[in-house]
Amino acid sequence: MQDLASAFSTAASLVMTADPAVMRIVLLSLQVSLTATAIAALIGLPLGALLAVAPFRGRGAVLVALNALMGLPPVVAGLLVYLLLSRSGPLGNFGLLFTPGAMVIAQAVLITPILAALTRQVLEGLWEEYAEQLRSFGAGTARAVPTLLWDGRFALLTVLLAGFGRASAEVGAVMIVGGNIEGFTRVMTTAIALETSKGDLPLALALGMILMAIVLGVNALAQALRDSSRRWAA
Amino acid sequence: MGRLMRAPDSILPLQALRLGYAARGLDILRAVDLRIEDGAPTLIIGPNGAGKSVLLRLLHGLLPPSAGEVRWSGDARARQAMVFQRPVLLRRSVAANAAYPLALAGIARAEREARVRAALELVGLAAFAERPARRLSGGEQQRLALARAAAMRPAVLFLDEPCASLDPAATRVVEEVVGRLSLGGTKIVMTTHDLGQARRLAGDVVFLHRGRVLEHAPATEFFAGPAAPEAGAFLRGELVW
Repeated sequence: MQDLASAFSTAASLVMTADPAVMRIVLLSLQVSLTATAIAALIGLPLGALLAVAPFRGRGAVLVALNALMGLPPVVAGLLVYLLLSRSGPLGNFGLLFTPGAMVIAQAVLITPILAALTRQVLEGLWEEYAEQLRSFGAGTARAVPTLLWDGRFALLTVLLAGFGRASAEVGAVMIVGGNIEGFTRVMTTAIALETSKGDLPLALALGMILMAIVLGVNALAQALRDSSRRWAA
Repeated sequence: MGRLMRAPDSILPLQALRLGYAARGLDILRAVDLRIEDGAPTLIIGPNGAGKSVLLRLLHGLLPPSAGEVRWSGDARARQAMVFQRPVLLRRSVAANAAYPLALAGIARAEREARVRAALELVGLAAFAERPARRLSGGEQQRLALARAAAMRPAVLFLDEPCASLDPAATRVVEEVVGRLSLGGTKIVMTTHDLGQARRLAGDVVFLHRGRVLEHAPATEFFAGPAAPEAGAFLRGELVW
């Protein structure tokens, strides 16, 4: 009990004093997850919008596959990316394995299906409402996609935040492809896993507190966006 | 009598030829023959379930006919617009809503802004230009839908029961705007179940009953004494279905 209390106070001081080692880890985590979210958004959002508006053969199967991929275990995503990027893999020549770049790719792979599936859900309702009017305006599918993405912007921001939350909280994928190398590929989740197993609870706790704060902040932001979106959506 | 001289690029008359529409094996429209000429508004009336909305959607090209065809006298796709019973407004400002179809049609920004301003003034919404469209009242939303359609400068404007969910004051404003658009040269094709409205607006009346056109006559003749017995019963309020 004594240990736990002192661990907490050490952790608090690590956070308060903005310990450089801790800050480096936090910064890299944010960089990796934000970049991964941005890349996943570029692919997942238009893909989701297209799935919401375009009728095509096999759409049902694609939706089932996409929803299944939402539950893709991070370690499996990590393993896939590892196989792609390893020296003997198809993308081995780029030498990305055990770099932040590999971690970005792994997280992007992990959350692209999530963004696409959630986008599809959000925009399908909107499309139901808009479809006839847009067709009356002479807008085809190609024009409907950007229109829906823009008109669904508030709901889609919460989708992005969900993706970012998932990316920043996962540990399996970045551990496998990043290797948790100190000062280079160590992020909050892998650091927490390592420090806990080493018994260095203060550092693990400090990072855990920061991670929780980020997750809380993201959710507060999502809530605020939902509130402000009522102004437009009515 | 400029109205009689059909402009060379006119898309009217619009014709329905043996037009039919079936959904789930049920005939909603059967063998509709119709010729809609340029001029005063054409009002399509009839009891609920007569097929009025389906007929408008077929004419506008939103539904594919199951039989027959819709024939325009020119390339009409970009020169028609439709206002729905429940206005579908984008989650954008009032002005952005009115500008949307213009941008879609590739109209340059300056022209777009001028048209939007004029259209919002026409319906009395100029002061609301920057407000979120979906926060407007029901009547204001329908006026915006009208302004948006008007800004497209369509040759033909379809209106599907535009006043069905509006109060009398809002209805009057919508009718005024429709009247002004008609005088401005836009051909109005409108459905309504409000006989008073039909009397106020119609140049000619199409009476639809159970998916068939039973009568198509100039409004004065129709309201003085319709030829079809069902139309007479409808005017007396005896035909509910």
